[in-house]
Amino acid sequence: MSIIMNRRKLIAGLGGGLFVSGCDSWSRSDRVKAILASAEDLTMGVQRSIGGATALAREFTTADLSPEFRANGSRTADSADYQAMLANGFAGYRLRVDGLVDRPLSLSLAQLRHMPSRTQITRHDCVEGWSAIGQWTGATLGPLLDLARMRDSANYIVFHCFDTYGADNRPYYESIDLVDAFHPQTILAYDMNGGELPERHGAPIRARVERQLGYKHAKFVSRIEAVASLDDIYGGKGGYWEDVGDYAWYAGI
Amino acid sequence: MTAEETAEELTPGEIVKRHRLSTRLWHWINALAIFVLLMSGLSIFNAHPRLYWGSYGANNDPAWLQIDNEGQRGYLQIGDTQITTTGVLGSWEQPDGSRSTRAFPYWATIPGFYSLATGRLWHFFFAWVLVLAWIFYAIRSFANRHVQRDLAPTRDELKPRNIWQDIKDHARLRFVSEGHGTAYNFLQKMSYLGVIFVLIPLVVLTGLNMSPTWNAIAPWMLDMFGGRQSARSIHFICAFLLAGFIALHLVLVVLAGPYNEIRSMITGRFRLSGESAEPEPVVETAKETE
Repeated sequence: MSIIMNRRKLIAGLGGGLFVSGCDSWSRSDRVKAILASAEDLTMGVQRSIGGATALAREFTTADLSPEFRANGSRTADSADYQAMLANGFAGYRLRVDGLVDRPLSLSLAQLRHMPSRTQITRHDCVEGWSAIGQWTGATLGPLLDLARMRDSANYIVFHCFDTYGADNRPYYESIDLVDAFHPQTILAYDMNGGELPERHGAPIRARVERQLGYKHAKFVSRIEAVASLDDIYGGKGGYWEDVGDYAWYAGI
Repeated sequence: MTAEETAEELTPGEIVKRHRLSTRLWHWINALAIFVLLMSGLSIFNAHPRLYWGSYGANNDPAWLQIDNEGQRGYLQIGDTQITTTGVLGSWEQPDGSRSTRAFPYWATIPGFYSLATGRLWHFFFAWVLVLAWIFYAIRSFANRHVQRDLAPTRDELKPRNIWQDIKDHARLRFVSEGHGTAYNFLQKMSYLGVIFVLIPLVVLTGLNMSPTWNAIAPWMLDMFGGRQSARSIHFICAFLLAGFIALHLVLVVLAGPYNEIRSMITGRFRLSGESAEPEPVVETAKETE
């Protein structure tokens, strides 16, 4: 019995060990990761087809706000330009809206504050697993794109940011498709919890893409670009984390 | 045909077909999926090893469970109770000899190196495998009456006296079942029903309800679980109950005779329990055959 048990343990140990180490080499294989990532398209397709394209994210009341909204990712942008604007209360800030548009825009914060806006108290879910509830006020993205007369050839909206991330200081960026871009809760937030958007949360502007995970909500937004394809934007996968770390472009789950 | 009816026709030692192809196929696909999901789930948990109740919860909010470290000492804290877990949780040695202060150790996670993104790739792929296989199995097993006939307890089994007898039998490691081992006993039925129709649906739904897009589609469902962080906590508890079931399941397979049990789940062939001097005739019975 003990010999059988030992052999059993050995086989189980070898089998388990081989499987787990197999998983590790598979986890480094681009081909295996592409197969695993195919589930992302399925998830997005299913979620979009059963109401995820138009449904509104739950909105909360001020009684539900997190006592402290955790700041994550970049707490500031290091560039001299950004630091000078920050010191100056973003008086010199201009949000550029360009790319596949007939009328490129360059908007000051004051102009942006006069655009159609929305205030919403929503839950922010980080890919790591934590959640925080905050209040956001900002210009709705859809009317802004209409004002810029976005062309029909545009398929994605890219958020370019002032901040860089990681040891090699890659510029942070993110992108969404037009379903999310024209969703009524997709805003360029300039206020948070009743005050101006704090530096650590992405002043002067952060994107809110309420039905997706936190890394899609680009902070320190400097420029909005309408593009036909994401292939030629930075690493080509549509976002900083998508490029450097295999994170899903569709972060709806 | 019920287990009682077949029992009369079966002789101990005979080899019969015990599990249908659909049951066997689902069992192994499900086993693989749950194995990958548990381990990749621990990878994801390692990104934020704290659990909360309610809608929100982050580092500054009180956690009901957390795995952390204090220098070289790893610990698990549940409520106010702290247990030192150095070497296993919160502080452990990596294969190269260096120390990691991640929550779960490399041998418990997929991948075995820290990568939240890769853990998520494994997790969401095999979540689909789990869900699609479960739907296939559930439809199939109701249609062919496997659930009603083999898994649902009989009126007789539900009598408190018989339930108590089955508990006592299990405590003595005497596993009594009808049909020389082809039928399930009461506790077995309840644990399989509990896993298949309570735990697996619950772990899937709590997982789905961590999706912000899904929350927009069906906010009422998240309310049922008490908010996103509650759903995350319930998801984790279900995962540990599943891990507990697997451990118990494996122990019982070993105690019941691993060769016969595992063979019956691979080929379907099962040797009836009881004494017999006869050689092994292969008898195809109606029970559980395709």
